[in-house]
Amino acid sequence: MSQQVTAKDWERISQSPDYRRMIAKKTKFVVPSTIFFLVYYFTLPVTVGYWPELMKREVIGVVNLAYLFAFSQFLMTWTLAYLYMRLARQFDEMSDKVLADTMGTKGDE
Amino acid sequence: MSVSLGMFLAFIAATLGITYWASGKSQGASAYFAAGRRITGWQNGLAIAGDYMSAASFLGIAGLIAYYGFDGFMYSVGFLVAYLVVLFVVAEPLRNAGKYTMADIVAYRLRARPVRAWASLNTLTVSTFYMIAQMVGAGALVNLLLADSGIGYSGAVVGVGALMIVYVVFGGMLATTWVQIVKAVLLMSGTLLLSILVLGHYGFDLAAFFNAASAVSFQLDGQTVTQNFLEPGHYYQPPYGALDLISLGMALIFGTAGLPHILIRFYTVPDAKTARASVFWAMLLIGAFYIMTTFLGFGAATIVGRDLIADNGGINMSAPMLAQVLAGDIFFAFISAVAFATILAVVAGLTISASTSFAHDFYTNVIHHGKEPSPDEEVKVARITAFVVGAVSIAIAILLGPGANVAFLVGLAFAVAASANLPVILLSLYWRKFTTRGAVWGMAGGLLSSIALIIVSPSFMTPGGMIDADPLFPLKNPGIISIPLGFLMAYLGSITSSEPTAEAMYTELSVRANTGLGAEKPTSH
Repeated sequence: MSQQVTAKDWERISQSPDYRRMIAKKTKFVVPSTIFFLVYYFTLPVTVGYWPELMKREVIGVVNLAYLFAFSQFLMTWTLAYLYMRLARQFDEMSDKVLADTMGTKGDE
Repeated sequence: MSVSLGMFLAFIAATLGITYWASGKSQGASAYFAAGRRITGWQNGLAIAGDYMSAASFLGIAGLIAYYGFDGFMYSVGFLVAYLVVLFVVAEPLRNAGKYTMADIVAYRLRARPVRAWASLNTLTVSTFYMIAQMVGAGALVNLLLADSGIGYSGAVVGVGALMIVYVVFGGMLATTWVQIVKAVLLMSGTLLLSILVLGHYGFDLAAFFNAASAVSFQLDGQTVTQNFLEPGHYYQPPYGALDLISLGMALIFGTAGLPHILIRFYTVPDAKTARASVFWAMLLIGAFYIMTTFLGFGAATIVGRDLIADNGGINMSAPMLAQVLAGDIFFAFISAVAFATILAVVAGLTISASTSFAHDFYTNVIHHGKEPSPDEEVKVARITAFVVGAVSIAIAILLGPGANVAFLVGLAFAVAASANLPVILLSLYWRKFTTRGAVWGMAGGLLSSIALIIVSPSFMTPGGMIDADPLFPLKNPGIISIPLGFLMAYLGSITSSEPTAEAMYTELSVRANTGLGAEKPTSH
């Protein structure tokens, strides 16, 4: 960064409507999806631990509910990661715009 | 077995070549600690995967599934899901606002000396725990493989320790990164080949494969028992099995984003965007790998069998034994070399994270109040630390001996990281009123409680065990108590103190973490 960033600059950026929109958008995705994956994940040890008979029920051939649920965690994780990556492109654009408007520069260059 | 020895030596020669090449490029702190911040997204993705998938994953999980079935697979699931925490809340802010270590974020708006001192202690503790697990794995592997060579367990541990010291002292982060990349490629190909061979054994019929796993026979107390290995409950049994599973899950999910050797990988890329992309690449690789532990583990259970594994090096040798039974000596040697490469790469990552933290956090910032006494002093101290960390880990690994399951040992390292590191990282990034006292209480509380609980848990304290008494804490993993305690202590410390400067700096840290303004730049060519 060639130019000096002052305390006022940080304040100014944090007050800018575009910055606030970016943070709101991030929060709107990250908070609900974090709650979702924590609940989805911890349901696995809870059900396996406390309702083993239910989880031993065979669903496809001998493959039981426990294994299928565990396997679904991989698909859940990849899906959420993909959704975040897609959305993050917009965060980058918004962030570049904020810095261009307030500092006349881009953050990562 | 000369083939095994040949493959080991080939890998060692290749990594030493990488180290020699990297040593010429590792001048200056940014080059030494962060590979000049010029690693690309997919390269770092491979390196994260190589840094993360340790002996615990390849040898440990395969062994747990081979011995206990489904319960071992619970590790696989947690190890991947944990990356959502890394992706969503840690990777980008860390790259944007930090320099070399995890403490850079925590100390950003707090008083540097107490915060960095504790962060450094935590980093050294987590890394040492993790490293011992790798060393035990390496020792057991070489012990089995090169039994006639006379190297033995202790010799192998010393050898691994010496190699990692060479990588880190001479090659720095750049050599470490490329050793990890080579290892990730080897590990993924080895695992894929093994999985295909397992499926081939069952005529590529998934139903036949799972049918076999649903009826696994082995000797138990002199009798043949048959168990359905797809069912949970063979490892985590009542009365505490359910709580143990939840506790382990918490350690895995919240621990990954607190592992110093993973966190410092984000400093090796040019910007936060690349850090994010690298996490995504890593998640694809890591996920694919952990799904394949199904084939490794159930394959070893059904095709090799617990009895044969027990006679040939024990639980940690399940994957190499599977290779032996499926495709003979040469493939056995190859898979063992892959396991060896896996261990070396992780150990190098752990060593550099520990020595970076000691040099940057403790030496420069705690002892010298943030001012380097002379240029490149930090790098010199890091190199010396790598020696010390290596020596200490060698000594402890030899003392412990080859018995312990490596996945389990790593589970404990995760618990310490989750209790002592993650709470303060999250609160410093997302809570305006977080204070120095909160950070110190959180780090100290998380560290001490997790270690204390481990010592009085059945792992150490059991009739006839290391401490000959009934365990005071019934669970195998302390996470369920120590993680909330880490958060609680950080909270209590913060509400009982006020720090106007820390509050005032919150906006700066937050804007910086979210936009990358003022972030550390990659070095020019």
